[in-house]
Amino acid sequence: MKRYLDIYAIMLRNSVIREMSFKANFILWMAVELLWFFGQIVFIEVMFMYVNTIGDWTKWEVVLLVGTHQLIGQIFQAFFYVNVANIPELVRTGKLDFMLLLPVDSQFAVSTRQFGMDNIINAIVGIAIVIFALVKMHVAPSAWQILMYIVAVGFGVAVHYSIMFSLVTLSFWIVRAQGLVFGYYNLFNIARYPDSIFGKGLFRFIFSWIIPVIVVANIPARLLGRVLDPPLPLLGQLAGAAILSVALSRAFWHFALRRYSSASS
Amino acid sequence: MNLAKYVKVFDIGLQNTFVYRWNFLIRSLFGLVPLAGSVLIWRAIFAQRTSNVAGYDYHAMVWYFLLTILVNNLVTPTEDEWQIAADIRDGQMNAFLVKPFNYLGYRISLYGSYRLLYTVFTLAPLAAVVWYFRAYVTLPASAGTWWITALSLAMAGMIQFFIAYSLAMMAFWILEISTIVFILYSFEYFLSGQIFPLDIMPAWMHGALQVLPFTYELFFPISIFLGKVHGAELGRGLAIQAAWLFAMWMIARTMFHRGVRHYQAVGG
Repeated sequence: MKRYLDIYAIMLRNSVIREMSFKANFILWMAVELLWFFGQIVFIEVMFMYVNTIGDWTKWEVVLLVGTHQLIGQIFQAFFYVNVANIPELVRTGKLDFMLLLPVDSQFAVSTRQFGMDNIINAIVGIAIVIFALVKMHVAPSAWQILMYIVAVGFGVAVHYSIMFSLVTLSFWIVRAQGLVFGYYNLFNIARYPDSIFGKGLFRFIFSWIIPVIVVANIPARLLGRVLDPPLPLLGQLAGAAILSVALSRAFWHFALRRYSSASS
Repeated sequence: MNLAKYVKVFDIGLQNTFVYRWNFLIRSLFGLVPLAGSVLIWRAIFAQRTSNVAGYDYHAMVWYFLLTILVNNLVTPTEDEWQIAADIRDGQMNAFLVKPFNYLGYRISLYGSYRLLYTVFTLAPLAAVVWYFRAYVTLPASAGTWWITALSLAMAGMIQFFIAYSLAMMAFWILEISTIVFILYSFEYFLSGQIFPLDIMPAWMHGALQVLPFTYELFFPISIFLGKVHGAELGRGLAIQAAWLFAMWMIARTMFHRGVRHYQAVGG
C-alpha cells in the first residue's frame, strides 16, 4: 500500500508540472466546464418557470443535486478520466503491453497516470453551488450530515469510475471504440435528475442497481439537504452499489485481460 | 467540374465507414438513455401542471425529443473534425495538396457517406422507440411542409459541417483543438434545442437566439416540421439560415486558404 502511495505521489507531481506548462489549455478547459455548468443552471431556471416542484424536489434542492453531480463528476475526472478514456487507444495500439509489464497492479497502472488540476477547480465550483443552494433552502446540515455527505461523495466517485472502466474494457472486443467514452456521458446524463421522476418501474431498477447512475448524486444530495429522509438506509444502498460495481468492473477487467493477445509489433 | 471523383470518394467513404457499424449501434443505444431522461423529467413536469407548456403538451414534447435524435443522426458530424485535424497534424494533407482535388469537396463527400450509413445503422433502435411512442407521432399534413423541412434540414447539416470543418482548420495554427471544439459543443448543446425546445424559454431569450446560428442547426427545421413557423416568420427564418450557411461556407474556405499558407507539412 505504501509503495502505491509513493508511486501515486510521483505521478501526481509530474501531472501538475505537465499541466502548468500548458496554462492556456488549463484555463480553456475550466471555461468549458463552467459554461456547461452555467447551461445546466439555465435549464433548471427554465423548467421551474413552469412548475414549483419536480416530483417532491424544489428548485433549490435540484440545484443542490446538480452541484453534487458536478462535484462527484469532477473529482472522478480529476483522478481517473483521462487515463481511463485512453485505455481503448492502449488496447488498439498494443501499448497496453508496457503497462502490463510494470511491477504494479495492472488496473492501478492504467487508471492513475495523469491527474487533472482544472477539474479540482471545477469541483470547488460545485461545492460553492452546493453551499449556495443550502443557504437558499435555509438548511444548515449538522457535522454528522456533512460527514455522511463526504463519504457518499466518495462512493459516488467509485461508481463513476467503475462504470466508465467497465465501458472501456469492452474495447478489448470492439476496435473502433470512441462510442464507449461517449456512452459514459450518456449514462451519467440522467444522474443529475431527481430520482423521483423515474417512477417505480424496470427503468428505475436497472439504473439504481445494475448500472447505478440514479443513486450516485441523488443519495448524497438527499443526505445533505433533506433532513427528513432516513440517512443510513440511503448510505447503505450507495455503499452497496459502489462496492458491487467496483468488484464487477475489476472482475471484468481481469476476464478481458485473459483474452488479450496484444496488437501490432 | 469533375463530379465523378467525388462520387468515388463517397463510395470509398461508405466502405470505410462500414467498420464503424458496431460503434454506431453502441452510440445510438447509449443515446437512448438521455432521451429516457428527457421524457421522464417532462412526464414529472406535466404531472404537476393542468395546462400545457408554451404550446407543448406531454405528447408533443416527447415527439420533439424523438425528432431531435433523428435530426442529429441525419446531419450532426460526429468524427469529421477530429479526422480533419488529424490530417493536418500528421501531415496527411500533403497528399491532397499535390493532387487536383478540392479538400472541402472531398470532406463533404465523406461527411455525406458517413451520415448516410450512420442513419441506416441507427434506424432500427430509433424506429423501435418511435413505434413505442407511436400515439405521440404527428406528421405534417401538406407536402409543402415536408419539402421545406428537407431544405432547412439540408442547410442545417451544411451549417454544422462547415462549423466542424472550420474548427478543425484551427489545427493549422495550434496542436490541440479539443478545448475549442468542446466550447462550441457546449453552445450547440444548450442553444440549438438539444435539451429543451427553445420556444419555452422567456421570449427575449428565444428572440435573441434567433440571430445566432445555433437555432438553425437543429431547432428551426424541427419547428418547421411541427408546423410551428408559418408565413413571414418562416421566410425570415429560412433567409437567416441561408445567410448563416453562406457565412460559414466563406469562413470554412478562408480558413483553409489561410491555413495552407501557414502549413509546414510536418510528418507525412
